[in-house]
Amino acid sequence: MNWDAPATAELAREHGLTDDEYRRILDTLGRTPNLTELGIFAALWSEHCSYKSSRVHLRKFPTTGERVVQGPGENAGAVDIGGGWVAVFKMESHNHPSFIEPYQGAATGVGGILRDVFTMGARPIMLLDSLRFGELDAPRMRHLVDGVVRGIGDYGNCVGVPTVGGEVDFHPSYNGNVLVNAMCVGVARRDGLFYGRASGVGNRVVYLGSKTGRDGIHGATMASDSFDERAAEMRPTVQVGDPFTEKLLIECCLELMAAGLVVGIQDMGAAGLTSSLFEMAARAGCGLALELDKVPARAAGMTPYEFMLSESQERMVLVVEPGRVAEVLSLCRRWGLDACEIGEVVDGGEVSATFHGRTAFRLPLAPLVDEAPRYERPLARPEPAPLVTLPDLSARDWGADLRSLLASEQLASAARIFEQYDQSVGAATVVGPGADAALVLVPGTRIGVAATTDCNALACGLDPYAGAAQAVAEAVRNLACVGAEPVGITDCLNFGSPEDEQVMGQFVAAIEGMAEACRAFAIPVVSGNVSFYNDTNGRAILPTPTVGMVGVVDEVRSRPRGRWQDGEVVYLLGPLEGELGASRFMQVALGLEAGPVPPVDFAAEQRAAALVRDLVRKGLAAAKDIADGGLAVAAAELCGGRVGADLEFPAEVSPVRALFGEWHGRFLLAVAPSDAAALVEACAGLPLTRLGTAGGGSLGIRCGTRVWLDERVGRLEELRGRALAFLGET
Amino acid sequence: MTEQGTGVRGQGTGGRRARVAVVIFPGSNCDRDTLAGVEAVGGEAVPIWHERSDLAGCGAVILPGGFSYGDYLRAGAMAAHSKVMTAVRRHAEAGRPVLGICNGFQILLEVGLLPGAMLMNRTLRFICREVHLRVERNDVAMLSHYARGQVLGLPIAHKEGNWFAEPDVADWLESQGAVALRYCSADGEFDDDVNPNGALHAIAGLVNRDGNVLGLMPHPERRVDALLGGVDGRGLLRGLVEAA
Repeated sequence: MNWDAPATAELAREHGLTDDEYRRILDTLGRTPNLTELGIFAALWSEHCSYKSSRVHLRKFPTTGERVVQGPGENAGAVDIGGGWVAVFKMESHNHPSFIEPYQGAATGVGGILRDVFTMGARPIMLLDSLRFGELDAPRMRHLVDGVVRGIGDYGNCVGVPTVGGEVDFHPSYNGNVLVNAMCVGVARRDGLFYGRASGVGNRVVYLGSKTGRDGIHGATMASDSFDERAAEMRPTVQVGDPFTEKLLIECCLELMAAGLVVGIQDMGAAGLTSSLFEMAARAGCGLALELDKVPARAAGMTPYEFMLSESQERMVLVVEPGRVAEVLSLCRRWGLDACEIGEVVDGGEVSATFHGRTAFRLPLAPLVDEAPRYERPLARPEPAPLVTLPDLSARDWGADLRSLLASEQLASAARIFEQYDQSVGAATVVGPGADAALVLVPGTRIGVAATTDCNALACGLDPYAGAAQAVAEAVRNLACVGAEPVGITDCLNFGSPEDEQVMGQFVAAIEGMAEACRAFAIPVVSGNVSFYNDTNGRAILPTPTVGMVGVVDEVRSRPRGRWQDGEVVYLLGPLEGELGASRFMQVALGLEAGPVPPVDFAAEQRAAALVRDLVRKGLAAAKDIADGGLAVAAAELCGGRVGADLEFPAEVSPVRALFGEWHGRFLLAVAPSDAAALVEACAGLPLTRLGTAGGGSLGIRCGTRVWLDERVGRLEELRGRALAFLGET
Repeated sequence: MTEQGTGVRGQGTGGRRARVAVVIFPGSNCDRDTLAGVEAVGGEAVPIWHERSDLAGCGAVILPGGFSYGDYLRAGAMAAHSKVMTAVRRHAEAGRPVLGICNGFQILLEVGLLPGAMLMNRTLRFICREVHLRVERNDVAMLSHYARGQVLGLPIAHKEGNWFAEPDVADWLESQGAVALRYCSADGEFDDDVNPNGALHAIAGLVNRDGNVLGLMPHPERRVDALLGGVDGRGLLRGLVEAA
């Protein structure tokens, strides 16, 4: 079909537009659009680009605060971290492409999030990945895990940005729809930020980076649709990444910006040229006039439709003053990158393009961007989490339960994954992957930027409101374990179809829960991403609202450690018992998924986190928050396969709640005996229990004379390595 | 990285800091870390763009880690043919110090300044982890701050670090003392478990006959600050700066 053929209602449906939306296009334009124009509407009005089902609810997030320099709406959020620096960060999903083609899907996810950050003028300093897979024995699953890990590694390693953290979890609901959420944090000088704005009539539009090919056409519409067994046929819609070109783009763009040659800049992500050009024009309130013949093409005979909708990777749009274009092009050439002028900024609210001397499209901005459809979809509020009566646990072998938890893929060591990522390029990684949170220095300073990704999807599936609030609380605790104070959040909200009332109910409850927690902790949401339609054949994933939290340590003086040392005194900060609702013990040891998910006690969490933060900053204590798997699993991790401990619970407590209970903001702390008094004093007024001392070759936990468990630490470490060992093999 | 002015010529005499060139190829990604590492041990680090045909009067040169030209053909293969390498070769042949780290080591193999070749790691995967290395030579300037037999802790981060040569060539190199650093256990012992990538004879670093060209897979520039996990890399960089 010709690129300028009149677009019929049927074509609109094929592009994922509803009949109402098609009529709205006809009314807006007062004419029938051509195919290229229809493609542009479909891309910009897709769920992925327009947030049409989510926008009304995303407003519930607090997005302002003293430190906020740039909130949602730009390529990434920016938060002041002191010393004249800002942290620039965002998280984004690449779920559908990664399920279809895991290696390239994950790789280009990393590439896209890097561009969102350096586009703002920030040098990326760390990457994190929040991954969700199905059962390891599900069809293709090991291939998917392996491909995603290789894709993330090969891209991040080559561009030279360390991958320092993230999380991985497994649940059958992801069997047909894995999640790959990539987060990037960069740093810039506060006065050195750049924005995606096409401002200044007469300024030139410069295209920079890889040539435009036919790859990735319809990526945005694919991400806005549900999956079925025909997913494999969509492989041509997955883009192919080139990290070498990305590396050149990073250096070239940062140099262009430092030289003052850039008025506005944006990468071409989902919906390629279409979204970057229209969004840049809309933000600036200007129009654009383009010549598509000038766009560098990878294939012969490409049409305007293909130029506008290609999602070829590693491409940027710059807006440059006319007198500086030659300088820009020459600098790009030095980096070996293609660059050329493709149009200019014009007055008025229209974006138009010519092709072979004819008009390819001419479209008003407002209806496409600011006035894109918004839906308040019907929703069904989630039912309270089902409660379950626990089976008789009186005769359980707690040691065996700990072993089975550690041997599960859910609680396995992710070392075989992290080892495939360059964790220390940049020579600034203080704490890398495998810890509660990552900690990286701002280049050339002692300012520490910490980051963590968190979401207990099991809990969110049972109670989206409480689960999402708990995700925020857990992120706060994780940051505290490396001494960092939270300064901002980026989120990646992964859900099923918004056209399903149950899913929409989960979505809204999760947003409200997360928003409540953000307000209570006073942490603004500065960027984010919504990924709907994560369902296959009508079955949705667990609601997975991933929190990416960034924190700051004003001056890093010592290395936080996630292991205890021989002879240290071990304390439990927080209540003696946790709760079993949505716990790993229930999921793995009992095969149950049931509630309740307790609400967050914000005041208690705040007090504990502030205290732990302070202890870690002073280098006084090793700290670990008690989360997945409870105290027993946290203790096993603190052993690190080397140093055991003898721990005793003082009073008559429920063994299962003490060992495997979760929630309630609990931490394990380990301090040198000489610092024990200082610790006790610092914790005055908070529940603190001395459990015992670290040392020896086994982890023993008892209550009085009753031994609950006694396990060799080498054996525990070996078990932790088991489930994901296949990722270290050829 | 923008190249800095090159007005200052000459070597580290008269209180002036010794100048060390750090070559930047398209795709180098440890260049900034290496520049900072050189400065951290008292050298003056000078970035040298790959299209340059001289080394700006620097007394020593480092080829840093990364993925030069994307390493799409074979690690280091393209960089070996870039303009700056003529100057690097001249520098090496004049007996002046040349250090290749990771991708830089791969490039030194490609240009023949050091013997052998790199295969993919035996797991066929990228590996990033802290390794132990035994210092086999301390009679060359760059390793003179270490004791012979000393065990260093440095990170590796590579996919092609499985050093290979014909077995008789490897044996001959051993007899010539070409092995500078070897993967080992924390106690300095060898067994197959401590060899992360399958390198023949657990070779992590090689030195040429004159002792002025050293290549190694681990990253000394990432271990110059205790806050970042250790300072075992300082000695090597200091040895290089002193020899510049």
